[in-house]
Amino acid sequence: MRKHLVGYAFISPWIVGFTVFTVFPFLASIYLSFTHYNILSAPQWTGLSNYERLFYEDPLFWKSLWVTLKYTVVAVPLMVGVGVALAMLLNAEIAGMSVYRTVFYIPSIVPLVATSVVFVWILNPQIGLVNTLLGTVGIVGPAWLQDPRWAFWALVLMSLWTAGGSMIIYLAGLKNVPRSLYEAALIDGANAFQRARHITLPMLSPVIFFTLVMGVIGSFQYFTQAFIMTKGGPENSTHFYALYLFNRAWRYLDMGYASAMAWVLFVMIMALTLIIFGTHGRWVHYGD
Amino acid sequence: MASSALRPTRMQRLLLHAALLVLGLPFVLPLLWMVSTSLKTNAQVFSTGGIEEGLSLAALIPHPVRWQNYADAWHSVPFATYLKNSLLLCAANVTGAIFSSALVAYGFARLRFWGRDALFILVISTLALPAQVTMIPVFALFRFLGWYGTFRPLIVPLCLGNAFFIFLLRQFFRTIPEELSEAGRIDGASEWRIFWQLVLPLAKPALATCALFQFIYTWNDFFGPLLYLNDPSLYTLAYGLEQFLSSYGGEWAQLMAGACIFTAPVIVLFFLAQRTFIQGIATTGGKM
Repeated sequence: MRKHLVGYAFISPWIVGFTVFTVFPFLASIYLSFTHYNILSAPQWTGLSNYERLFYEDPLFWKSLWVTLKYTVVAVPLMVGVGVALAMLLNAEIAGMSVYRTVFYIPSIVPLVATSVVFVWILNPQIGLVNTLLGTVGIVGPAWLQDPRWAFWALVLMSLWTAGGSMIIYLAGLKNVPRSLYEAALIDGANAFQRARHITLPMLSPVIFFTLVMGVIGSFQYFTQAFIMTKGGPENSTHFYALYLFNRAWRYLDMGYASAMAWVLFVMIMALTLIIFGTHGRWVHYGD
Repeated sequence: MASSALRPTRMQRLLLHAALLVLGLPFVLPLLWMVSTSLKTNAQVFSTGGIEEGLSLAALIPHPVRWQNYADAWHSVPFATYLKNSLLLCAANVTGAIFSSALVAYGFARLRFWGRDALFILVISTLALPAQVTMIPVFALFRFLGWYGTFRPLIVPLCLGNAFFIFLLRQFFRTIPEELSEAGRIDGASEWRIFWQLVLPLAKPALATCALFQFIYTWNDFFGPLLYLNDPSLYTLAYGLEQFLSSYGGEWAQLMAGACIFTAPVIVLFFLAQRTFIQGIATTGGKM
């Protein structure tokens, strides 16, 4: 008996934290999603009306969902692609490789707020670095964050700048690929491309799978960059789901509605994750 | 023979160097531009390059160098206060998260009690729960407690174990031989003493990884301060920098000086603890 009590004593901080900061809010948030709640007064039960408003009367909900899904489909695979490509390049044995690795990795550890501020500056339409460089080769760059056709793509571009973060994970994965596999392939006359296609990628697939899942979850939580750089504009072209949820809850104090949004988000993340897991068997390989 | 064929030839090495240098440029340039802008006079910031003239190397080099931007940035917003707050929160969060997570992880790794494995699955599953689902009730709870506008919401939850660190430390504790604890028990040491004096000192590398992650997480955190702080005397650097952008938008030199001040500690920390960093990220998939 005493043995069990000692065990619970050790994990007691987590039990308290889990109860207060996970179980309680999890249940409360289901309840709140069926109420009108502005935090200043007690929640009022309104049944399904939040969900009805969300699905039938709120074009911004659909817009923000569209922006987020677009980011999931475009930026997440791009980031994986760039990360894997960089890792393959950076896995070669040449002098000064650790310097190159550092160069590609550093951007991913720059604090997000600093990155956002720096990109607002370098994407400045008149005197920013990007348009100045484009001007050098005779191209008149767009207004980037101020142009509804370009703002979203500017954020995608910025996400690629931090692809070095996942590159490190792929690099660690590459280190685990047994050399003998490549040697055997060489003897069989496989060229570099074939080796990458048939050895490296399959061996990396568990890591790619992991980063893909994390990336999809991450795109539904994409907030800081949009909040700082565009506030969701221009013309809502960067109004990401998490940003809209935040605005609903804390700018309009529409917390019941925002709770409903949180649950829709939760269900969508679960569904997308399940879909990706469903493809798991077809392309993810473990060990030999 | 085969393995020497895997090593790149001289020609391939040269090509690789060329490719990495070209690809590396967009990764370095924004940071160089940030540093360079932070040292420029306003005259140079607004005159260099320009879309018509294009970019020359001279535009990259501040001329004359104006260190005063740092002093100006430091004084135009209470940067010293922000820095103090950031460091205070970092210290509190690192201590709180490491201590509580180690305690809980020890319980899960080395003690036996009813429901241990089921509870551990719950720990892991909280990692997959998007913060949006819980944040509104948690906010309401803190507001109800009168903690809104204080550091408490940013400290207390972190002292109750971080699921991710619990997972990481549990793995580590399990690698420590059980004989060590047995020896302690035979000598009549309490479980607490075994944890504190025998096991914990051996876990320093794993604790260092967690401490590093927590420091960076807290240092970079924008969302927490955005939700809970309303008094400028409590702002952190991450939040302060965003406030600076929205109130002094056109002061690029000062803004970049602020961004440099904010980014530098993370970069320095990276170089000091490179090994811990890379290993931590490689083993954890970079979830920080």
